Amino acid sequence: MDAIADESLIVRGSLGARVWQYCRRNPTIVIGALLLLMMLIIALLASHLTPDPMKLNPIKRLRVPGEGMLFGTDMYGRDVFARTLHGSRISLLVGLSAAAVSTLFGLTIGLMAGYNRLFDTIVMRFMDGIMAIPSILLAIALVSLTGASVGIVIVAISIPEIPRVVRLVRSVVLTIREQPYVEAAISVGARLPKILLRHILPNTLAPLIVQATYVCASAMITEAILSFLGAGTPPDIPSWGNVISEGRQYFQRAPWIIFFPGVFLTITVLAVNILGDGLRDGLDPRIARQMR
Amino acid sequence: MISKHLQSFMRIGMSALFASAVLGFSAGSVMAEKVLRVAPHADLKNLDPIWTTAYITRNHGYMVYDTLIAMDADLNPQPQMLEGWDVSDDGLTYVFTLRDGLKWHDGAPVTSIDCIASIMRWSKRDGMGQKLADFTKSLTRVDDKTFKLVLNKPYGLVLASLGKISSNVPFMMPVRLAMMDAFEAVPEVVGSGPFIFDKDAWVPGAKVVYRKNTAYVPRSEPASYASGGKRVHVDTVEWIYIPDAATTMNALVAGEIDFWESPAVDLVPSMEDNADITIKVIDPLGTQGWLRPNHLNPPFDNPKARQALLHMVNQEDYLRAIIGDEKFWSTCPAYFMCGTPLDTDIGSEALVNQDLEKAKALLKEGGYNGETLILMDPTDIPVLHGASLVTAQMLRDIGAKVEVQAMDWSTLTSRRAEKKSIADGGWNIFHTYSTGADVSSPIANIGISGGCVEKAWFGWPCDRDGPDSLEGLRDAFSEESDPAKQKAIATKLQARAYEVVPYVNYGQWFQPTAYRSSLKGVLISPVPFFWNIELN
Amino acid sequence: MFAYVIRRILATIPVMGVVAIFVFLLLHLTPGDPAAVIAGDYASPADVERIRETLGLNRPLHIQFFTWAGRLFQGDLGISIFSKVPVIKLIGQRIEPTLALATTTIFFAVLVAVPLGVLAAWKSGTWIDRSVMIFAVLGFSVPIFIIAYSMIWTLSIHLHWFPVQGYKSFLIQTGTGIDGAAIIGIGFEGVCRDSGRSGCGLVPFFRHITLPSVALGLVYVALIARITRASVMEVLTEDYIRTAHAKGLSSRVVLIRHALKNASVPIVTVIGIGIALLLGGVVVTESVFNIPGLGRLTVDAILHRDYPIIQGLILIFAGVYVLINLLVDISYTFLDPRIRY
Repeated sequence: MDAIADESLIVRGSLGARVWQYCRRNPTIVIGALLLLMMLIIALLASHLTPDPMKLNPIKRLRVPGEGMLFGTDMYGRDVFARTLHGSRISLLVGLSAAAVSTLFGLTIGLMAGYNRLFDTIVMRFMDGIMAIPSILLAIALVSLTGASVGIVIVAISIPEIPRVVRLVRSVVLTIREQPYVEAAISVGARLPKILLRHILPNTLAPLIVQATYVCASAMITEAILSFLGAGTPPDIPSWGNVISEGRQYFQRAPWIIFFPGVFLTITVLAVNILGDGLRDGLDPRIARQMR
Repeated sequence: MISKHLQSFMRIGMSALFASAVLGFSAGSVMAEKVLRVAPHADLKNLDPIWTTAYITRNHGYMVYDTLIAMDADLNPQPQMLEGWDVSDDGLTYVFTLRDGLKWHDGAPVTSIDCIASIMRWSKRDGMGQKLADFTKSLTRVDDKTFKLVLNKPYGLVLASLGKISSNVPFMMPVRLAMMDAFEAVPEVVGSGPFIFDKDAWVPGAKVVYRKNTAYVPRSEPASYASGGKRVHVDTVEWIYIPDAATTMNALVAGEIDFWESPAVDLVPSMEDNADITIKVIDPLGTQGWLRPNHLNPPFDNPKARQALLHMVNQEDYLRAIIGDEKFWSTCPAYFMCGTPLDTDIGSEALVNQDLEKAKALLKEGGYNGETLILMDPTDIPVLHGASLVTAQMLRDIGAKVEVQAMDWSTLTSRRAEKKSIADGGWNIFHTYSTGADVSSPIANIGISGGCVEKAWFGWPCDRDGPDSLEGLRDAFSEESDPAKQKAIATKLQARAYEVVPYVNYGQWFQPTAYRSSLKGVLISPVPFFWNIELN
Repeated sequence: MFAYVIRRILATIPVMGVVAIFVFLLLHLTPGDPAAVIAGDYASPADVERIRETLGLNRPLHIQFFTWAGRLFQGDLGISIFSKVPVIKLIGQRIEPTLALATTTIFFAVLVAVPLGVLAAWKSGTWIDRSVMIFAVLGFSVPIFIIAYSMIWTLSIHLHWFPVQGYKSFLIQTGTGIDGAAIIGIGFEGVCRDSGRSGCGLVPFFRHITLPSVALGLVYVALIARITRASVMEVLTEDYIRTAHAKGLSSRVVLIRHALKNASVPIVTVIGIGIALLLGGVVVTESVFNIPGLGRLTVDAILHRDYPIIQGLILIFAGVYVLINLLVDISYTFLDPRIRY
């Protein structure tokens, strides 16, 4: 790809114009990032924006959205608006943590597997084994057998995602290792850490970031499904998943209990997915060539 | 381009399909089988009602087994499998005679040996049965239809025990099964009841099928609770387990099922205006909610702390939060249920008048020092989950620190069995509920036992020294057969219970049932029965 | 190539071994056990302990494992702790709905997604492409049970186009054999083989399976459409495509004969990976639509700690996944001669 020859790729003008140009060329990254940012802000400011999400008020149960209760109340009289906004915390925490945990572990294991033959053979069998078990069943089993808590849910969601990251990293390592400049570096006496830092890690970053965004999105949905099936985060701390789960039998009588957290969850997952798509397209030069 | 082989294969396939469609249509009309489709409140996991106390297994038991004596609507024991009984003047000897025509599902006649063995197996597991066994000197066969029970002391609850309506119900089984270890489930389902269990059609977790027992001879009296004639008017009863409440409701509305045993009360309004559906409370005894503290761990090892709970609890808050519609609940200060012979409000002032300040003070007096209380919350049972949330909030309102541990009911049943200290993973509070049929008798009510670590139910209240203790009064009750004297003892028992606080009653409610209006003959009773019902 | 196939088959053995050990350890090292559930709500602690003893839950871990593994090799998957029914029989009862649901979903997903993806790639950059892609992203951003409930609400409850819940088999009794046993066949409408009452057949089958398949399949459609689009687009830039155009072949022919065939490897790959997704999604779908299949059986078993069922079913699910991926790997050798190991 000959960047210089393509005039439109040359960035010029004031900061404002440059930002605008970037936005026009990568609309998906911007939209995704903005939506995600909005959700993060909501998560951080939730306590200041809403009343106590855990306060039971049985007299005011199952009220339709209206004055004073933007999103209505649930079956115990708790404010759905408060629970939805607070729910963003757990859901985002689960999503981001699962992405971080699976990426970290996957990166470490993948690097080691790429380098050590023996480790590789053993570990890849384990990874294949974990991939063979449907992730939902694995997660349900882990959560319901060890007891529900946010930490366990994060671990339970991360474990099935690790093999894919391992494969990704491992394939990058294996490819890079064959490159002549790496062989040259080794023959000159470069040590392993330097090779890792200089050559291998930078090449894993882009696909890792993209994969991490997909893991984040998938983790948030998995948390909702786990709660739906009865094996999710403990319901005294609201998450979108468990608010929806508690409200599921009311979907005809009081649909607002499911609707609002459902919309928030969808928007956030959508935002992360779009962000991932944008990053993937932006970081992969071949796809970029396809955009007219 | 589809290969020639593929083309001919498709042609053969299409004609086969067509042919079978024709055959399908002409398979003829099967004589319209009358099927009652029921959505039960839980999945039937175990089939032996002596081995487990689970209500769903008890309900299954009533389908396929029969009892010697059964409770009628006045809570009086009536003969069911028995023709009658004779009691000696000193009250120590009972002679029971079986009625004619009783047969097991495999065709063999029911004999007294079967009954003796069944009673003995039942008494190994059930509390009232154990008490009966303690009073028993001998239980012997006189002839094939008669057997004799000799007591060592007068006992007023012989008939009430054998006619116990709720878990464990003393169902009769053939001697070859009744002789088996009471701690292992019987391998076959053979009874003498009005329905036969279709083993081949059973899909665990999804469907249970019962067929009408055409050889069953019902009594001539009208049905009244568990007593009277069990006349079956359908060919088949199917229990279709649907885990999702909203799905069940829609299935009932669409006519895909006929009877919903325990609809979620909040879904009732969506069905009330529907002329095709009848909402009725068929269990008049109701259900009582129990807040059970752990008497072994501080602070609730101190009676003052437990009394604090009485001042803290406001039954209305619980009932409104977990049941909702006022039609279906009522506050009730009686330990033995309101609307029963033993109903009294003695000692209940603390429970009836919520006083958070007093509760806070009492909790402190009871030795509470700001430690974190462990509250086990079964999130898969909406009623108990709601109760847990209400209790947690109230405890926080009186200045206590609470950790609500979410778990499913299975885990809770394991953890509540543990007597460990909090530091080792023990517990302070859990919630449950019990049906009125069990709660209304001081002997059947396991929550009110003060038998300490050795004999009391989970929570282990300890009050057994002397005639005025919980256990002393319960023993006195069991030895008394005069109803007026029984009431006096029960009143003293409740007063004592309000001092010891074995558990806190957080309210009484009445679970409605929903069924298609085309059904006739749905019985009023504390346990759902499926005889007497007609489809139209 | 034969050697490749054999090697691939052999490679599945250690994988299944890992799954077996993992599943066994998972169940036995975590707290909570079935004895308390079985004993019932009003049982005493002594009762619970007795029941544990009878179930053999007190024996050392490795003994329990080897006993279980030994029976596995004899085809004995164990007996449900609660219902005492052999796990094999339970699977037999419930496998038809799950298989039917999975099959119709895959067919639906592939038949919708591949053409969509190809269309999007062909018209890349236009509004058609954009809408397909937006639809695809939405498809796997909305949680499956929300999709399911929305569909039930509109299409079943309000429009009455489809039933609300349940599963009806496509197998019916087409006659009676010489020995009096029923002959089972496929037909449009007829008598169910298990209940002896009418209500089964292809027509009721499709009426009941449509909503669940669509709800479950939408995520799959989204995934497959995206990959199809991406790989077809990549192929379209290759030189041989330009050659084909230069030779005068119409766009349609180029698309189908050359592009699709060469793009098939990633598509088939994602179908294979998607099976794991599908098996997971089956669990939620069976729950919402009350389909008595393997998914619900597994969740029920996990929540009640019925170990033999959990172990048996996870093994089966893993086995299916491994098998499908094996077939996918083998299919590569037909689809892309460049892949040889």
